[in-house]
Amino acid sequence: MKKNKILIVDDELSVRTSLEMWFLEDGFCVETAASGEEGLNKMHAGPYDILLLDIKMPGMDGITLQKKIKEIDDRAVVIIMTAYAAVDTAVEALKLGAFDYISKPFEPEDLSRLVFNALKQKELADENMQLKEQMSELMEVEEIIGVSSGINKIKEMVGSVAKIDSSVLIRGEGGTGKEHIARVIHHQSNRRYSPFVIFNNSCAIPESLLESELYGHEKGAIKNAQCRRKGKIELANGGILAIADIDAFTLQMQGDLIRVLESKKFMRLGGREEVEVDFRLICMTKKDLEKLVKKEQFREDLYYWINVCSIFIPPLRERSEDILPLARHFITKFSRKFGIQEKRLHPEAEKCLLGYSWPGNVLELENVIERAQVIGKESEIIHKDFPFHHDGCK
Amino acid sequence: MMAANKKVYLAFINDYRPPFWENLEKDLSHSLPLPFSHLTVESGLNLFYSGDRKQYHSTLILSQIINQLPEDGGKIVGITDVDIYIPILTFLFGEAQLLGRGALVSTHRLHNEFYGLPRDDTLLYRRTLKEILHELGHTFGLVHCQNYMCAMTSSSYVEGIDLKKAKFCRPCQAKAEAAPA
Repeated sequence: MKKNKILIVDDELSVRTSLEMWFLEDGFCVETAASGEEGLNKMHAGPYDILLLDIKMPGMDGITLQKKIKEIDDRAVVIIMTAYAAVDTAVEALKLGAFDYISKPFEPEDLSRLVFNALKQKELADENMQLKEQMSELMEVEEIIGVSSGINKIKEMVGSVAKIDSSVLIRGEGGTGKEHIARVIHHQSNRRYSPFVIFNNSCAIPESLLESELYGHEKGAIKNAQCRRKGKIELANGGILAIADIDAFTLQMQGDLIRVLESKKFMRLGGREEVEVDFRLICMTKKDLEKLVKKEQFREDLYYWINVCSIFIPPLRERSEDILPLARHFITKFSRKFGIQEKRLHPEAEKCLLGYSWPGNVLELENVIERAQVIGKESEIIHKDFPFHHDGCK
Repeated sequence: MMAANKKVYLAFINDYRPPFWENLEKDLSHSLPLPFSHLTVESGLNLFYSGDRKQYHSTLILSQIINQLPEDGGKIVGITDVDIYIPILTFLFGEAQLLGRGALVSTHRLHNEFYGLPRDDTLLYRRTLKEILHELGHTFGLVHCQNYMCAMTSSSYVEGIDLKKAKFCRPCQAKAEAAPA
């Protein structure tokens, strides 16, 4: 069984000796240092599971040593010891990331419990990191398919914007893959282990229900509200909220959203207390927002909030070199989904795909390939499998 | 385990003897099948007294006890009734040299009266037996055990001592028997 390793830094020999004996009896691997400088040298040779540092030492004191230790390993578990029960030094140590603080002489029970809790916390932190790494490997990789210069530019932009926590506006015709780009951003961002929530803005739904969908509601706040319900904003806490068709927000809803973005708080419908929230916003639109701003149908302040980074996805007809890679990607996707043999594209089918105008963009292409996979009788996908083959193939 | 001709000595400091002390050697030998013996050692305990703490320095007493180990002895356990400490901790029940020759046990905080409870000599004896076994275990290289019923479990309060048994768990027993001389 792996022995936990502890470093004791204290200028008093009796303290080092006593603690060394105590922790050896507890089954630790123990090292000691008589000064902050010596402790720092040992830290470079580390790692240690726990570091016990005396606050008051000649030369480098415990607080300075702790800062330097955290520069080497910000996950180091540090416990500060002091003979002076000074609250301000305790608070300073804790603010700098010390696990805890203990006054000499210790109650044996306090020392045992403190070290046990410190080790437990370290174990949980290590396990958390390991699980995240494993999750990264298991998570389906979201990728952007295409070879055109337009798509390559988008790939580059996504790589840049994903890591910074600012809002993104994704523009493009219907079916160009705005939601997919939003998901790729999420996957590459620091929020990838937190939720990705989509809010679909539909004109068919009354505004009050849309608000309830976005902000949630308390019991009885709206008709048939049997209990409290979290809205999309609350579900996205810590993660990303992607709003489709942001242009369809009424001016009232736009104003409400600005307040949430500014204050990082919101209220559920029928609620009395504000709820704190933290999310990154990605908005999607098919419309020309600048025109809508000029017509005063879209608030300029909200426009500036959401348009920190802007990504435009060209329609598929303007990047025909992406059609076949996308088609092959969808063939693979659906063959896996349906558990069927992956079909090749007949050269005539390829010509047909390339000749079509794709008004429905990538979404239409996906739908066509899925249909062709399912209904196609041949071992290859042929042009007759496409619904537009009579008039779409050149 | 230990050289067969070497004894484990129980050293009653300044002739302090806990109740039922005459049963200690027999009861200890259930877990440590070794030849036990006992003796009285004289210690100028006042030399090790801290007026600030009103306690006696455990490590210094232990050093003195070890020096009085007879030639035919392999280990020595000092038993005293004074309250002992090391500088970093508020108190100790005992101290031992890990894989060493000596250990020290104090019954000061094992008395019920220390906690304002009625005197109970049987309970005091049981606690003393467990602590001697615990500290002796350290001299055979045993470290603290996670099994709360094993004598090697760490006890920071007397209720913990009462919870554990006066014997080692199987893994600790095996380690004790395999310990170098």
